[in-house]
Amino acid sequence: MAMYNLLKIAIRNLMRYRRRTLLTSSLIMIGVVFVLVFVAVTGSIKGLLIGQITDSMLGHIQIHKKGYVASIDNLPLTITLSPKAMEAIENVIKDMPEVEAYSARIKFGGLFSNFTETTNIRLNGVVPEKELKTVPLLPERIIKGNKDLQKGSILIPELLAKGMKVTVGDTVVVIATNRDGSVNGKQFVVGGILESVTGPGGRDGYIHIEDAVEVLRMEEMELSEIVLRLKDFGMLQDVYTSLTNSLSGKTNEAGKPVFEIHTWEKLSPFYNIARMIDIMTLFIKIMLIAMVLVSIMNVMIMAVYERMREIGTISAIGTMPGKILSMFLLEGLSIGIFGALIGDAIGCAIIYLLNISHITFNFGRQTGLLLEPHVGIADLLAVSVIVIIVSVAASLQPALKASRMEPIYALRHV
Amino acid sequence: MHGNSYKEGHMRLIVAQDIYKDYQVGEVSLRALSDLNFEIEPASFLSFVGPSGSGKTTLLNLIGCLDIPTGGSLTIAGTDVLSLDRKERAAFRGKHMGFIFQDFNLIPVLTVYENIEYPLLMVQNVPSEERRRRVLRLLESVEMMEQKDKYPDQISGGQKQRVAVARALVTEPELVLADEPTANLDSKTAYMIIDLMKVMKEKSGTTFIFSTHDQKIVGAAEILYTLEDGTIVDRKEMGGNGHV
Repeated sequence: MAMYNLLKIAIRNLMRYRRRTLLTSSLIMIGVVFVLVFVAVTGSIKGLLIGQITDSMLGHIQIHKKGYVASIDNLPLTITLSPKAMEAIENVIKDMPEVEAYSARIKFGGLFSNFTETTNIRLNGVVPEKELKTVPLLPERIIKGNKDLQKGSILIPELLAKGMKVTVGDTVVVIATNRDGSVNGKQFVVGGILESVTGPGGRDGYIHIEDAVEVLRMEEMELSEIVLRLKDFGMLQDVYTSLTNSLSGKTNEAGKPVFEIHTWEKLSPFYNIARMIDIMTLFIKIMLIAMVLVSIMNVMIMAVYERMREIGTISAIGTMPGKILSMFLLEGLSIGIFGALIGDAIGCAIIYLLNISHITFNFGRQTGLLLEPHVGIADLLAVSVIVIIVSVAASLQPALKASRMEPIYALRHV
Repeated sequence: MHGNSYKEGHMRLIVAQDIYKDYQVGEVSLRALSDLNFEIEPASFLSFVGPSGSGKTTLLNLIGCLDIPTGGSLTIAGTDVLSLDRKERAAFRGKHMGFIFQDFNLIPVLTVYENIEYPLLMVQNVPSEERRRRVLRLLESVEMMEQKDKYPDQISGGQKQRVAVARALVTEPELVLADEPTANLDSKTAYMIIDLMKVMKEKSGTTFIFSTHDQKIVGAAEILYTLEDGTIVDRKEMGGNGHV
């Protein structure tokens, strides 16, 4: 009851200085709108760009034999996963409902020849059906030729095709050195041309995994990596932890771990750009906090000075310091809640308008990527709670000053 | 030694002994009040008079526990008020005292009704029915029933002071302190306010203490203390038939 009455007095005091209250609330509202729209837009761009990277080539999580990633530029054929290791990994993955699909790859470097010229190429031997489920944007990257990868055919990067003057249907030769040092070659028909994608693997070619086994003269299939796609990208860290826990116990005869597991973040330099976006968002949030802090503190300090005699009066009447403190804190809280709620509403409206405007942008050679800004309940709540807490915190010093004021001093104030 | 006199039925509401009050102005200490000794009985209607700077308001602030004397002893309603800390003094004021200010000091965001209700609601936590009964009774007494939903800026100065009187009395305090309560009022309204306070004093047995220059109050007071240079120089029993 007392709290209700304190709130009533607080709100009436805010209404008393309507213009000032409105200005302060507007400032908070603008800050909230700015943060929400920024979070939504950058979140959308970040999500799209991460999606492009992970869904075109990288996948969400990769599992290698321990030591592979340290030598990844060499595409080593000596640090591979044996069929037994593959079986152990599959047993773990099968029990994880969060995993949507996985694909095994044999990665190797070789020579690519059109019979007149030769250049080097990085190749991925994959099971096409599994690869397409794991990196579903791969078919979109095939700008010429067949979308499905047949045995005996090769998908080559666009720049390589141009440079080597080969096109779909041409016969080419791939020559590679296997793990024992012997060289082997195999003819392929160009099945498709791949457009480039930003990030590692963006200039890789694809062949069927059985062709890779043949080129490399493997007695049994030895894999370079297993790539996982998750049903919910938000579960990345949970799945990573779960996989690490399940697979870290597997050791070799020397007692050392057999596997290493990496999320896309550890495998792509684009992660640093994503981090920069996060840091920018953090700075924007800090600016919002400063904005709320300064505006509320300013308005509350003014309120205390202007109402000094009132404070003296209610204190003389016998109002306890705690209630005077609450009265001023509630004023700050009310401005904060008001600003946050209006800001939330306007922010959501702007985000909705951006969505129905169908704004597109380009990324690398990807064009027409649709901006779909989205703000989650968690972000909405986080921004609102930050604003409200900061509003109360900003009111604390003026409120304490009011509650600690000696009535004799306050009553003398003119 | 005076601590129990009130409770034991000796009927002294206020006992002041050797009170003095010093103010520090820079490095200089100024004595505003010195060696004050007086006793005030319940249901008194008394006034402190004297020229400006004689210490009337300072003394009223000490009696009202708004300020503390530099030395001496002050017992009000059986309590040694010098032993109370800031929160205890606030609680003591809320329980035992009402205040009427020269500038009325109503809370501008509360209606007449809410201003009178404020001490019951925010200080004494009186239940709602009892609160309503007491506020309505006082609104009747001060003839402000028709203005009960108006805000302070919608009523006249005299009406504001009537509301202030009602607010001071609504908690049924033993002591009401009024610093120049008629200074901002015209004669007619001032007499009305004085009469009202006298009626209240007769009805409820509340002690009213004023500090004033106003001859209207001086004439109405039953006891008159004259202060000069921070010292009581005279005490007169007046009979208090000035106006009622």
